[in-house]
Amino acid sequence: MKDKLKILLNGMFKENPVLILALGCCSVLAVSVSVSGGFGMGVALTFVLVCSNVVISLLRNIIPSKVRIPCYIVVIATFVTLVEMLMEAYLKSLYDSLGVFLSLIVVNCIVLGRAEMFASKHSVADSFFDGLGMGIGYTMVIVGMSAVRELFGSGTLLGYRIIPEGYQLGILTQAPGGFFLFGCAMAILVAAMAKRGKKFEPKMGCDGNCAACHSACDDRKEAEAK
Amino acid sequence: MNELTVSVSPHLRSGRTTRKIMLDVLIALSPALIASVVIFGWRCLLLTGVSAAMCVACEFVWEKLMRQPVTVTDLSAVVTGVLLAFNVPSTMPVWELLVGDVVAIICVKMLFGGIGCNFVNPALVGRVVMFFSFTADMTNFPAPEGTIDALSSATPLALIREGSIGWSEFGQIFIGVHGGVLGETCAAALILGGLYLCVRKVIKPIIPLAYVGSCMLFSWIFGSSQPVIAAFSGGLLLGAIFMATDYVTSPTTNLGKLIFGLGCGLLTAMMRTFASSAGAVTFSILLMNLVVPYINDLTAPKPFGGVETK
Repeated sequence: MKDKLKILLNGMFKENPVLILALGCCSVLAVSVSVSGGFGMGVALTFVLVCSNVVISLLRNIIPSKVRIPCYIVVIATFVTLVEMLMEAYLKSLYDSLGVFLSLIVVNCIVLGRAEMFASKHSVADSFFDGLGMGIGYTMVIVGMSAVRELFGSGTLLGYRIIPEGYQLGILTQAPGGFFLFGCAMAILVAAMAKRGKKFEPKMGCDGNCAACHSACDDRKEAEAK
Repeated sequence: MNELTVSVSPHLRSGRTTRKIMLDVLIALSPALIASVVIFGWRCLLLTGVSAAMCVACEFVWEKLMRQPVTVTDLSAVVTGVLLAFNVPSTMPVWELLVGDVVAIICVKMLFGGIGCNFVNPALVGRVVMFFSFTADMTNFPAPEGTIDALSSATPLALIREGSIGWSEFGQIFIGVHGGVLGETCAAALILGGLYLCVRKVIKPIIPLAYVGSCMLFSWIFGSSQPVIAAFSGGLLLGAIFMATDYVTSPTTNLGKLIFGLGCGLLTAMMRTFASSAGAVTFSILLMNLVVPYINDLTAPKPFGGVETK
């Protein structure tokens, strides 16, 4: 049980997909303008991530390694389509506000990244908790950023007006404000981890096991050069 | 025994300090400040003072919190504050200007390591943030005070677009009796300040001349009806003389400065002609700030007797 909890917390803090691994930033920057939208996006992504992780983990011994990426995409796209149809039917306003970013979960680096890095190598239960942890980590970041951007950018929180009209920092609702906040959030997490005495080594989600990995990252090139 | 004193270079020091340079910049800015008070009223003085005080306070508090040596006595924060105030209209609410000050000093200057480490001009980023956050207040240009036959509160750039401005109004534009932000309207005062800086050798005239000249040239090529009047209106002179010449964010060599000025001029002319005239100077200088490290690399002089590497 303890190692399951570790996997869960790993996705939330130590390997937070957005702030540490820097994956899936596109949707975080684009959708984090309102808390409701951000939360909806987080839940949708968590659902897709958990389901695709479980299914890919189940099929990990069946999928031939040469065609694994198309197979992952098919699995992921299935769940994204499910979420999309359900949301269009029952949460039309959220569906409209998320727009294209909902369909783009298919190519979200977090989902594909966890399929490649984790689910294809670990048991079903572990993959479930990894997906859940990563999803919660993503949701925490996007909701936190949405809260700041909505509160100071539009003066509202969940649609309720908190700061009176005319005292907003409009730039926060625009792209530059999103990037700025994103940088600050990254810096705060890294600083907090450094303060707790943890040595900060940004890992790209791999276990340093280059033999089992197919990507050509910088670390690998370095290792091969030696 | 101690006949030989061994010390590290530099061996020749001019008595010039950051503080003296910044004081010269402030002196050079003062004609424009006086002009703004004459044109737009006493509120200009209030805005400039509050802005400068806020910048100094931000730097002081940040350095105290981070337990860094306090550098506010070098006056660079005062210059940033004054320049920022020069970039807002005289009707700007004070709290909005304070937001710009905090962004300029904390986000652009102190987060990147304080004086000498900012990657772009702090005052310009402060202006951009204010411009996007409080667009209505930032573009609400009041008409000059107490002048009956002044130009209307529309800025000269807007009038040039309409084609309703000619050489007969050039005199008014040159002395600054027209709508605009605090520091940009009085071309005469800005040029006076620029001349002072050149005479005191605080800046070299390469960047301002290249910037204004190329902006005129490119505006003419792009088909502007009044390229010369356009060069004397808007924030071009303020930007060219006081912002583009910031030591930290402009190239070090003469050739680099020329390239930098030409780039700024080209971008400003393009933005003014093909996009909105508001913020053209700001964005041009910021964009060119970002490529300064590359300009420096490409124009690095060969050391005497050195061999070309690579």
